[in-house]
Amino acid sequence: MANEPHDHDHGHGHEPGHSHGHGHSHDHDHSGNSELTEQQTRVRALETILTEKGYIDPAAIDRIVQTFETKVGPHIGARIVARAWTDPAFKKRLLEDATKAINEDGTLGRVSDHLIAVENTPKQRHMIVCTLCSCYPWEVLGLPPVWYKSTAYRSRSVIDPRGVLKDFGVSPPADTEIRVWDSTAETRFIVIPVRPAGTESWDEEELAELVTRDSMIGTGEPLKANEVTR
Amino acid sequence: MNGVHDMGGMHGFGPVKPEKDEPVFHEAWEGRVYAMQRATGLLGYWNIDMGRAAVEKLPPHIYLGVTYYEKWHRGLEARLLSFGLVSQDELETGHALHPAKPVKHKLTAAEVDAGLQRGSYYRKEQAPARFKPGDKVRTKNINPISHTRLPRYARDRVGTIEAIRGCHVYPDSVVLGKGEDPQWLYTVVFDGKELWGPDAAAGLKVSIEAFEPYLEPA
Repeated sequence: MANEPHDHDHGHGHEPGHSHGHGHSHDHDHSGNSELTEQQTRVRALETILTEKGYIDPAAIDRIVQTFETKVGPHIGARIVARAWTDPAFKKRLLEDATKAINEDGTLGRVSDHLIAVENTPKQRHMIVCTLCSCYPWEVLGLPPVWYKSTAYRSRSVIDPRGVLKDFGVSPPADTEIRVWDSTAETRFIVIPVRPAGTESWDEEELAELVTRDSMIGTGEPLKANEVTR
Repeated sequence: MNGVHDMGGMHGFGPVKPEKDEPVFHEAWEGRVYAMQRATGLLGYWNIDMGRAAVEKLPPHIYLGVTYYEKWHRGLEARLLSFGLVSQDELETGHALHPAKPVKHKLTAAEVDAGLQRGSYYRKEQAPARFKPGDKVRTKNINPISHTRLPRYARDRVGTIEAIRGCHVYPDSVVLGKGEDPQWLYTVVFDGKELWGPDAAAGLKVSIEAFEPYLEPA
């Protein structure tokens, strides 16, 4: 912690309609720790107190941060989707009980109870939200992006999902039903998007490259076959 | 609690602005807050619902005015204070000044390396499920001042039971210190027009995950 980059101290009172336009200020590089923001100071103080009182081990804190920065992310969900695309029997089991199907042979990692997979079709597309807080399937997608936790997404998804989809550049046909899942309990959801055209001969690993995070939340599409190098 | 956190259907928050190539944490302190929240959750003093309730109780102008991880940080400090795990003078001086309280579990780095997992919220059923898939239900018109997971937009609305999700810890009870009181959990799906009136977009369906005490037969 001693030499972390000097994070900026302005423009952060955001939420309503904020755009997280980062990259604008991480580059002022003041040396030393003399200009810590109040927020940084408070968080450091809290960590010091909790450590001194023996409640937390700073090494465990380091590892949690590393885990989410390097190990847990949408690549996990992408493998699950790719398998569902290539193995119809697996897809059937996944839609019946996602936790059980994912855990069955260990090759997709392990997830805890209450994961539910829902499948997009040309007639119905799914979107996941948590209007009350920020519930998100972090075991398969990593930590949620800022927009998922934003007031704009949480307020509007359930009343105007097509408007939200438009913000993502997605315009489903008018006769497609939009199904929004509000994550109001400990169940978590992952969307199985429609497999892109022209990928009939692709294997699971290649297909996983096409599966975007947003396509598994339901606000985006997978990449098209010609958008990746095979 | 009818707080600003319960924002489904509110207007005026503007467009959703996805960020390209977004980092997991925008600033180092955010990662520390996230991780401290995870680790302190194992100390045995609160569960996830009490964590959410603490954030919901932030004054509305704070809730809307600070960033996500600032909310977590404030909620965490509030909980640590309320359970006497830290004290105000410690927060002010930045050091431990009083003896620690006993804790149930201190998370180790090795445990993190072995894999972080969510806990299971399944519990033994207390009674047979009252509803089955296909049943019409009406959500209750409740307005508890304490934490609930029935959003305002879905109160006093008729929907259909789509699935039974098992018997789960009941948040509304836990936050009152009345124990887990396990309840059946259902996916209840509503037509857009039932929630938002005749002007709702055609072909909109919204579901919530509803605990049995939220529901009555319709």
